[in-house]
Amino acid sequence: MTIQELDSVKNNPKYQELVRKRSRFAWTLAISMLLVYYAYIMTIAFKPELLAQPLSEDSVITIGIPIGVAIILFAFLITGFYVYRANNYYDKMVAQIKADLEAKDV
Amino acid sequence: MYKFLILSPLLASSLFAAGTIEGARMRDTLNISAIVMFLLFVAGTLMITYWASKRTKSASDFYTAGGGISGFQNGLAIAGDYMSAASFLGISGLVYLAGYDGLIYSIGFLVGWPIILFLIAERLRNLGKYTFADVASFRLEQTPIRILAAFGTIATVLLYLIAQMVGSGKLIELLFGLPYEYAVILVGVLMILYVTFGGMLATTWVQIIKAGLLLSGATFMAIAVLYHFDFSFEQLFSKAVEVHDKGRAIMAPGGLVTDPVSAISLGIALMFGTAGLPHILMRFFTVGDAKEARKSVFFATGFIGYFYILTFIIGFGAIVMVLHNPAYLDMAKQALSGGAPIIGGKNMAAIHLSHAVGGDIFLGFISAVAFATILAVVSGLTLAGASAISHDLYANVFEKEVCDEAKEMRISKIATIVLGVLAIALGIAFEKQNIAFVVGLAFAIAASANFPVLFLSMFWSKLTTRGAVIGGSLGLATAILLVILGPIVWVDILGNKEAIFPYKYPALFSVTVAFVAIYLFSITDNSDRAKRDRDAFEAQDIRSQTGIGAEGAATH
Repeated sequence: MTIQELDSVKNNPKYQELVRKRSRFAWTLAISMLLVYYAYIMTIAFKPELLAQPLSEDSVITIGIPIGVAIILFAFLITGFYVYRANNYYDKMVAQIKADLEAKDV
Repeated sequence: MYKFLILSPLLASSLFAAGTIEGARMRDTLNISAIVMFLLFVAGTLMITYWASKRTKSASDFYTAGGGISGFQNGLAIAGDYMSAASFLGISGLVYLAGYDGLIYSIGFLVGWPIILFLIAERLRNLGKYTFADVASFRLEQTPIRILAAFGTIATVLLYLIAQMVGSGKLIELLFGLPYEYAVILVGVLMILYVTFGGMLATTWVQIIKAGLLLSGATFMAIAVLYHFDFSFEQLFSKAVEVHDKGRAIMAPGGLVTDPVSAISLGIALMFGTAGLPHILMRFFTVGDAKEARKSVFFATGFIGYFYILTFIIGFGAIVMVLHNPAYLDMAKQALSGGAPIIGGKNMAAIHLSHAVGGDIFLGFISAVAFATILAVVSGLTLAGASAISHDLYANVFEKEVCDEAKEMRISKIATIVLGVLAIALGIAFEKQNIAFVVGLAFAIAASANFPVLFLSMFWSKLTTRGAVIGGSLGLATAILLVILGPIVWVDILGNKEAIFPYKYPALFSVTVAFVAIYLFSITDNSDRAKRDRDAFEAQDIRSQTGIGAEGAATH
């Protein structure tokens, strides 16, 4: 990329919008995954008995099991959410930025 | 609490190791169906290797299959790389032994993937060519950064290879009745064939096939277990609680995580370690663009998460169907010590369960799958190690002026053979050693040396070459030192009374050391090089955000 191209992308408001929105989105998801995981693992470290409660009085299944499975599902679903949003939204912004750049080249 | 204290070292050693398979051969008669299925797998993969060799002409073909793998294929291949025999046999064995703790462990292994997707997968694809060092050295000084990255790669790969080779030797000895050394040599030779002739294309397809086999085998086992209990989890778990020595304790967290420092540290090792494993990072260069890279992670997360849920069911199935079944217990040991352990050790729980639900034929299938799993994982590792040697060290450090592509490929093939022979030698040398620490150490190095440099090179504009080299090296040294001084090596292996460093997982400390050192040595760096490093960030960032300049040949 030449200096001119660089400046043209950098100064393109669409680029600035993309960076701002996508960063905020990606970090929000990353932090929510971290929070979920560390909330879980800290519960295990400090108060494991919380996860040892049975689902109902006559059940041997503890709430820890659905919670664990839910974390696995959560991990899968937020990756899906990210991919969906990136495919349908951010990719279009990137395509526009590229089109703007080519239009300027001509 | 006393129970936890006894449990902890047991768990610690099982955590990262497939190497805890011991005992005599499982059956006196040859396991014919296993051998037939294994031979079919080998024949099929060698045919693929032959096909791939015809298509592997350029360096780009060799390292990244020409970038022509689709997101879905790559997702399966990543899952194939990640679902090692250690996680299949180790996690189901952990569930068999301790119940719920196996799930905690699986979750730790999974949650790194979303983070990789959100923060690094697309940038990696947009910036890199063949190895993660391409990305880390994108705007920094090539030579020192590549040496550091190659060192981190080779250390991670060799440690991982030791674990896989020792595990495979013992597993094959047990399942097929083949002597340990032959088994290790066989694995090494097959892996050399796949990688040298078929490069990344053959390695990818070996991984895809293996992932397909492993997922279908595990699905069948889980369904068979649930079928046995009319698809009622309540019945399955009740029966497990009834027959397990620990009773209801298997349904709740036990001794895996006992203090917050270990909890955080384990989490960091698994999360950042996954994002620093060279053979995993390399997979992102096999797809065409950032979109396929992100789809890969989505599919990989789905497959891996599904697989971990299956191993949990399989582990509980083994508690019910294997634990008190005399056919699977070592009665000779009972005569000696009283208790009857499972034949081959707890990591064989899934293997015995396959026999319990599907007879000799299915046992043969699962044995062959376990073998295929090891082959696929070692192939990916070796390719990553060979790329670090040929692409990072040879082509960009030693012979940067004169090296052409054909020569670089030749070097990478030689490096593959050398690594393969080394893996065989190390596998044999470590047969009788306690290797419980090696995969943990590999993750610690990946998290403390590879990840911080890679991450900051993409995200922090003020990173300089000096900061990256000093910080990365200190992270590496701290990880190694703390593992040696920690309970697994210092106490269990070296026989000292008390560990100098009290925690099993050093990542919290070594990763912090790396980040702090990188920060300090970068902000105080006033050299000309530092100025160039910082000035180049903007162009790098635009490319990493948009992929402009990443299409076609990535030159830098």
